Amino acid sequence: MVVFIIRRTLLMIPVLLGATILCFVLVDAVNDPVQDMVFEIQQSTGEPVPQSTVDALEASLYYDRSIPERYWLWLTGIGDTNGDIGLLKGEWGPSIEGSAMDIGYEISTRFWITLRLVLFATLASIGLAILSGVVSAVKQYSRTDYTLTFLGFLFLAMPVFWLGSLFKEGAVQLNKLLGSTIFQTYGSGSTGFQGNGWEVFLNSIPYLIVPTLVLMLGGYAAISRYQRASMLEVMNSDYVRLARAKGVRNRTVMRRHALRTALIPVATFAPLALSGAMGGAMVTESIFGWRGLGVYSLDAIRAGDTFVVMAYVLISGLVVLVGVLISDILYGVLDPRIRYE
Amino acid sequence: MSNTASPRLDAEALTSKERGQWEMVGRRFFRHRAAVVSLVIFLLIVLFAYLGPFLWKWDYKIHSEIPSWAAPSLEHPFGTDKAGRDMLGAMMQATKQSLNVSLVVAIGSTVLGALYGAVAGFYRGWVDSVMMRFLDIMFVIPFLVITGAIAGAIDSSVRWYHMAFILAIFGWTSIARAVRAEVLSLREKEFIEAARSAGGSDWHIIVKHLIPNTMSVIIVSVTLQIAFAILSETTLSFLGLGIQSPDTSLGLLIEAAGASAFNEHWYLFYIPGLMIILIALTINFIGDGLRDAMDPRQTMVRR
Repeated sequence: MVVFIIRRTLLMIPVLLGATILCFVLVDAVNDPVQDMVFEIQQSTGEPVPQSTVDALEASLYYDRSIPERYWLWLTGIGDTNGDIGLLKGEWGPSIEGSAMDIGYEISTRFWITLRLVLFATLASIGLAILSGVVSAVKQYSRTDYTLTFLGFLFLAMPVFWLGSLFKEGAVQLNKLLGSTIFQTYGSGSTGFQGNGWEVFLNSIPYLIVPTLVLMLGGYAAISRYQRASMLEVMNSDYVRLARAKGVRNRTVMRRHALRTALIPVATFAPLALSGAMGGAMVTESIFGWRGLGVYSLDAIRAGDTFVVMAYVLISGLVVLVGVLISDILYGVLDPRIRYE
Repeated sequence: MSNTASPRLDAEALTSKERGQWEMVGRRFFRHRAAVVSLVIFLLIVLFAYLGPFLWKWDYKIHSEIPSWAAPSLEHPFGTDKAGRDMLGAMMQATKQSLNVSLVVAIGSTVLGALYGAVAGFYRGWVDSVMMRFLDIMFVIPFLVITGAIAGAIDSSVRWYHMAFILAIFGWTSIARAVRAEVLSLREKEFIEAARSAGGSDWHIIVKHLIPNTMSVIIVSVTLQIAFAILSETTLSFLGLGIQSPDTSLGLLIEAAGASAFNEHWYLFYIPGLMIILIALTINFIGDGLRDAMDPRQTMVRR
């Protein structure tokens, strides 16, 4: 098992390297932040920008190097640098916002905000998917089944940003109606709130409810279809019929014989749900005014801030890969035929 | 199109007249009530978007004689927005742009994905491993970030075909996986061996024998791809990284409606939202109906 985990972790490295190279080349090739900054300075001062300023800007953002060299510096920091670049040295590279904006600091504060949302949303959507899939399968071709199936199709067709805007305004109306603030609809926690991790978490719960609900409904439908299909297949299999014939109680058959096997295909879709929630978090964070990673990367995309975008690509890639690893381990737990030696 | 369902066809030929495969698919599809209703609604939406602008007096642009923020009425069935834009005209243009993007993405990404998957599955071995590792890499890259970064860099001149191109370039991976899985089993079949012994080149076998036999997978994924594309395109437009004004898109209309879901301008928020849902929902039902209709294990009777 340990060997398996180590081997899989090592295999992540080339995938992450490939993903970051591809992203870096694409994002870097289409963006020219230096030119944008020069244009901005020109607009504010009304005078042509001296060449020395342009050169200084290029040097500070490493835009005087070629793309491969810039990638190498970003990754390793080995070479002629200003000491603010190189992942291996723990530096994320310069932001176009200047030295006041430390990417590493921003990420470390924003990461937990986003991870909190994404993890809750993924777990909630998998839970809802299992529940609705199993109920649908047990009551196959009944009215419940058709209603749940239709709801699944409906949420599959609903864009997260629309659902998010609707729920946000709905929560605002509900708060007005009840004269309370059960649902916080702006921000990820009270501004300026201080405390230890647990207190920060408790403080964030009212802010978490609505965005988590939105992401949960946006992500559960696809998995619930697979859960229903696999549950149906298992329920029609011989060993379940045998268990019934032996006179095992229905509940026990469902829980022990059917559900456990039917969960295996769903484990495949857990990483998919995670990466979907990462994407959805970008949208919900910007709707609900969170200061999380997703919004950070959106702002960076708009500004052409390559190193911030790359930081997001790396982190979200890591989260997704860890999700894949966990789902592979879950396979072994759920399916006794799979052994990791 | 080979004879995948020949034993059953023969058996049915005894009791009823002989039918071709596509006739069977058509008959099964038209028994799927939700799929047929969806197909009709979807065709109506297509007519609305492409023919509507020729019939309706207002276009999607701002006109000084249009009052601002008028509630839905006979004059302006979907109301008007703050700037003085007839929302019915805007909806036609927005739906047209979103449909343009999604139809082109569906075709482009399906061609790309089907070829990629068929090549990977056909050659197996190291070609397959390399191509599958590349798919792993694509899976890890956050889709919204990479498409948004490229679309955002085109600045204010993003047209629908830019969006279609960008989304197609990054949206083909799921089709490639599905087609590859199908080709892996098809390539061992006798008719492939026959084609090879008759001197068919690799390319000939892939394009003329393998891909046509995965057509059922491909057609279903085209429909799913339309739904996926329309959701991605509207999301990017909503985030300001897609189609830009003065042109319009369903995502842009919802973004412009802002927080009006529960105030007197509710129609600005609900109408474009419901249009997205309607398109994606009907497409999903059509895809579901097609999948059932093309499943060779399916009998004429719908259980």
